Amino acid sequence: MSTRWTRKDLLGLRELSADEINFILETADAFKQVGTREIKKVPSLRGKTLVNFFVEPSTRTRTSFELAALRLSADVINLSATTSSLSKGETLKDTARNLEALHADILVLRHSSAGAPQFLANRLKASVINAGDGAHEHPTQALLDLYTIREKRGNITGLNVAIIGDILFSRVARSNIFGLVKLGARVTLVGPSTLVPREFEKLGVEISHKIEDALSRADVVNLLRIQHERQRREYFPGIGEYIHLFGLTKERAKLLKPDCLIMHPGPINRGVEIDSEVADGLHSVILNQVTNGLAVRMAILYLCGGIAA
Amino acid sequence: MKQATQKTSGAAVLTMDAEAISRALRRIAHEIIERNPQLTGVVLAGIPSRGVEIARRIAGFIHEIENVNVETGVIDVAMHRDDVGTRSELPIVRESKLPLPLEERTIIVVDDVLYTGRTVRAAMDAISSFGRPARIQLAVLIDRGHRELPIRPDYVGKNLPTSGSEKVRVRLKEADGEPDTVSLEKQ
Repeated sequence: MSTRWTRKDLLGLRELSADEINFILETADAFKQVGTREIKKVPSLRGKTLVNFFVEPSTRTRTSFELAALRLSADVINLSATTSSLSKGETLKDTARNLEALHADILVLRHSSAGAPQFLANRLKASVINAGDGAHEHPTQALLDLYTIREKRGNITGLNVAIIGDILFSRVARSNIFGLVKLGARVTLVGPSTLVPREFEKLGVEISHKIEDALSRADVVNLLRIQHERQRREYFPGIGEYIHLFGLTKERAKLLKPDCLIMHPGPINRGVEIDSEVADGLHSVILNQVTNGLAVRMAILYLCGGIAA
Repeated sequence: MKQATQKTSGAAVLTMDAEAISRALRRIAHEIIERNPQLTGVVLAGIPSRGVEIARRIAGFIHEIENVNVETGVIDVAMHRDDVGTRSELPIVRESKLPLPLEERTIIVVDDVLYTGRTVRAAMDAISSFGRPARIQLAVLIDRGHRELPIRPDYVGKNLPTSGSEKVRVRLKEADGEPDTVSLEKQ
């Protein structure tokens, strides 16, 4: 643990070094333990104000950030697109400047445009934490995925990780790829060729359009949610065909190694990307991911919030 | 004036060698045994990183003297400090490890140097988030004075009068990879 944290913002995993990622995961170990104490609250961010600014709807990420901030004794304000003046035509920059005028110390931003967190990070004194921007990055989701793999398997280097589904539009996939490759995992992307273009090979991953091969080799399977609401006809074959070609059915689950981990960022579409029996089965660490998300977000708020002041 | 400071800067006075440290910790072990007839409920909880090593050594001496294994633990103080963001460097957080429940136990907080008392206050806050121990005591290798809070140690290896501009440097083989020493450095 010789690394020191020097960043006020967390915008993506692309710009982090392997040492920095490992440092976050080690810091999260300490915060995970806080959740097992009789009093699950520490005074690290006492007196600081965190604004959860979610321009795109989200329940679990927002709630996870909110609870993480409360456990660090910060004050929390939640804003959504409809409760903010964005719906009245205020620009993102003006909204942010107003938040700064209220002396917000940490801004957690979910936005439909890639680069929105970077835009604000460059202009604000406050820490900016990217909680998902367009199809760009979702760094805390990838960090909690890495944390869960490391917790269950002890190590990430050398593991075969299959990421299955809509890679093209997935910020979760992108952040996971950056993190996994930096920590030495072998990553295979699986999905229809329209959603898993060859360009991804440049990121140091393999591409497969045959789910059976990937499943039988995998130490970790990370399933992405099929985002009905974002699918465009020309990319997507239709739900029935998708299940037939790429769904993790209970028959396909028999191909998995006995110690293979199944992960999903949630919310899951039971019967689409994953069968109920598999989601609730022995391989599944989906609920561990939720618990670990809290620890990882506490670590990030502690590190970035402590630097910004 | 500047020349004079440069001349003295880095001058270190050796205050304790390995043998003196060992004698001091052995005496603390005797005092803990004397003050705590129920050694089975005692937990030696070190503050990382040297406090953890000192706690381990005191536990070793207690075992030598009384043939009792007292429990040891680790208390993280980083996330309980009240000066996050005001110091130039963010303290590294570590996992706390304490035997539970605390209710019937005596927690002895162990650290290398007692100075302002703020670290000890943070340690007591951390302990109370795990429960309510029967009592908390404090053991330190060096008490250098200059308290900013109403805190006093129960067991002291050595009282070392210092000025605010001096620095107490403790090195322990297991924690630092250097021979055991305590020295006083003029700034």
